[in-house]
Amino acid sequence: MTTLLTPKVDPARVLAETDRGKKAAMLQYLAQKFRVDVWDILHDKGTGHWGGASSVAEILTTLYFDAMRVRTSEPRWPDRDRLVLSKGHASAILYTVLANRGFFPTDELHTFRQINSRLQGHPCMNETPGVDMSTGALGHGMSVSLGMALAAQLQKKSYWTYVIMGEGCLDEGQTWEAFLASAKFKPERLVAMIDFNGFQLDGSSDEIMPLAPLFEKFNAFQWNVSPTLYNGHQVADVLRALDWVKQQTEWPVAVIFKTKKGRGISFTEDTHKFHGAVIDDQNYAKGRPELLKTLAELEVAL
Amino acid sequence: MKTDVKLLSMRDALGQALVDLAPEIPELVVLDADVSASTKTAGFAKAYPNRFFNVGVAEANMADIAAGMATAGLRPVINTFSLFLALKCADQIRNTICYNNLPVVLAGAYGGLSDSYDGASHQAILDIAMLRTLPNMVVIVPADAEETKQALKLALRRNGPTFIRGCRNETPVIFEGAEPFQIGKARKLRDGKDLTIAACGIPVLMAMEAAEQLAKSGISVDLLAVATVKPMDVAALAASASKTRAVLAVEEHNIVGGFGGAVAETLGKHAPAKMDFIGVQDRFTESGPYDALMKKYGISVEAIVAKAKALVAAKPVTAVAAASAPEAKKAVAKPRAQRPAAKAKGAKRPAAKKAVKKAGGKTRTPKKPVAKRSARRKK
Repeated sequence: MTTLLTPKVDPARVLAETDRGKKAAMLQYLAQKFRVDVWDILHDKGTGHWGGASSVAEILTTLYFDAMRVRTSEPRWPDRDRLVLSKGHASAILYTVLANRGFFPTDELHTFRQINSRLQGHPCMNETPGVDMSTGALGHGMSVSLGMALAAQLQKKSYWTYVIMGEGCLDEGQTWEAFLASAKFKPERLVAMIDFNGFQLDGSSDEIMPLAPLFEKFNAFQWNVSPTLYNGHQVADVLRALDWVKQQTEWPVAVIFKTKKGRGISFTEDTHKFHGAVIDDQNYAKGRPELLKTLAELEVAL
Repeated sequence: MKTDVKLLSMRDALGQALVDLAPEIPELVVLDADVSASTKTAGFAKAYPNRFFNVGVAEANMADIAAGMATAGLRPVINTFSLFLALKCADQIRNTICYNNLPVVLAGAYGGLSDSYDGASHQAILDIAMLRTLPNMVVIVPADAEETKQALKLALRRNGPTFIRGCRNETPVIFEGAEPFQIGKARKLRDGKDLTIAACGIPVLMAMEAAEQLAKSGISVDLLAVATVKPMDVAALAASASKTRAVLAVEEHNIVGGFGGAVAETLGKHAPAKMDFIGVQDRFTESGPYDALMKKYGISVEAIVAKAKALVAAKPVTAVAAASAPEAKKAVAKPRAQRPAAKAKGAKRPAAKKAVKKAGGKTRTPKKPVAKRSARRKK
C-alpha cells in the first residue's frame, strides 16, 4: 500500500487564506497533490477511473476549498451549497477532495472500492459524508440539481447547486430534458459545469458523439452560458469562471471548462485509453515521476 | 338506507387528497409530466401553482427532479401513467430514488388495464413487478378510491419511496368507513377454510363476489385484500395458506412477477400451498371497454370462480382431509352443507357488501347514468 504524500500546505490553511493570488497557488498545488493521491490509490486497488478523475481535479478542489459553503461537522447542513458530480466515475478525486476538506479521515481513502468501505465505486450519498447525491449511471445530475435548486427557491434558501457533467452526461437524453426544464423554471444559483475533456470511454467525443457547437446549444436552450471557454486546469481561470458565475442574475448558468482527460501524465492525456483502465505497475512507475515533477514546481510557487 | 353504490375513481380521489393535504404538509410538492388533466393533479396545480411543476413529457427528468427536491426536505409526489412511471423512469427510480431511500411518492395513474381504450402501449401490466424488485420501495395497490386516499397520506409520512398504483376509471368505493388502511397489513374480508383468495387492486371486488358465489357451491373462501404488495403481510398470508393449503392470487397485471409472484415467494418459504394465478397470462393486451377487456384477459368473477373450483378440486387429499376431516373427498365432488359466510373478526366493512351486490363484482355499476361517462366508455 502506497503511503499518500503529506501535503506541503495544510488544507485548513488553504481554506483560511484570504490573499487571492496565494490562494490560487495553494489550490493549484493541492489539486495536483490530490491527483497524485488518486494515481496512487487507483494503482493500489487496481480499479477506478483515472482519466475523468484527473480532468476534474482543479475544478473540484477550487469548489470545495474556495467557493462552497459546507460544514464538515454537519455534512447534511440544510443551508450548505450542493455539488452533484454527475460524472460519478470520477469518484476517486471527489473522495480525495472531501477527505482533505475534513469530511472523513484521509486514511479511509485506502478503502476505495473495497468491501465494507464507505467509498463506493461510484458516489453514494448515504455512505460517504459530504456526498450530496449518489451518481454513477450517467445523465442524472442535471435533473437532480434542478430539484435541489427548486427546493431552495421554494424554501427561500440561498444555497448554490453546482453540477459537474462530462461528455457522457451530455450524451444522455435526460440531461437535455433537464436543460429544457431548468430554462423553464429558472431557479437561482443553479450552475452547470462542463468538464469538457474531449474523450469518452470508447474514443474521442468527436468520434463517439459530436457535441459541437456546445455554446450554441446552451444558448439555444435559453441558458446563460459564459461565452468564455475556461481552462479547467488553471485554478486562476477556474476562479475567474466562478467570479463570473457569482455576478450573474440570469438563470440557469452554465460554464464550460476545457480540460484534458488523464491530465498530468503525458501518455494518459487526451486519450480514452485510461478512462477506466487498471493502472498497472509499469504505467504507474512511468507516470508517477511526471506527476511529482509538476507537484514540485507548484510547491516552489507556494 | 342508501341504495346507490358510491363510485369514485382513484385518480379523482388522489387529486383531491393532494389538495386537501397541502395545508397540513407544507413540504408537499407535486410534479406531473404533461398529464395533469388525466392524473387529476390539475386541481393541485390550480390551488398551489408555486408547488406544482409540470415538466413536460419527460418522465425520467421528473423523477430525478423530485429526488433532488426530496434531499432538500420537500415531499414530492410524481405523477404519470403507471406504465411510463415504471419504464421511462426505471433508472431514476432505482438509482436515485430507491438507492438513496428518498421520500418520493410515485403515483402511477392508469394502472393495469384501466387505460383500456388506449391499448397495450398504455396498459400497465408490469408496474408491480418492476417496482417491487427495488430495495426500499413500498408498493401499494389500492382496491378503491378510499384506500388510495389513505395510502397517499401514509406514504407522505414515510421516510422512503412509495409507489401507489391507481386506476383510471370510476369504481365502487369499498372501504369507506372500514378499518383504516395500514401499510403492510392485509384486510381479512372473509373467513373460510377451503381456499385462500388473495387479491389486490380493482379485482378485490371481483374476488368478493366470487367468494359469495363459491360459498353457494359449498366452497368456503378465506379472502384477503392485500393492498400492500411490498412489504407483504407474511403473517396473514401464511396463516391463511396453512389453513386452506390452496391459494388463488388475483391481480390486474401480468401473472409474471407481480402480486401473484410475490405471494408465491412468500408462501414458498413460509407456508407452501397449491397456487393458481388470475391475471393477464403473459401476453400483450389490446384496446376496448374496461370491463370487456378485463374479462377477455381472464380477470373476472367467472374466471376467479372457475380457477377457485379447479384449485380446490386439485388439492391433495391429505390437505383436504386436514381441512375437513372424513368428508374430505365428498366435499370436493359434492358441495357440503352451506355454512354462512363468516365475518372476519373485527373487520368493519359497511360499504363492502353493498358494493358487491350493487356492482355485481364489476368495475362499474351498469346503473350509472350514461351522461356522466365519457362517450368512449362502455354503455
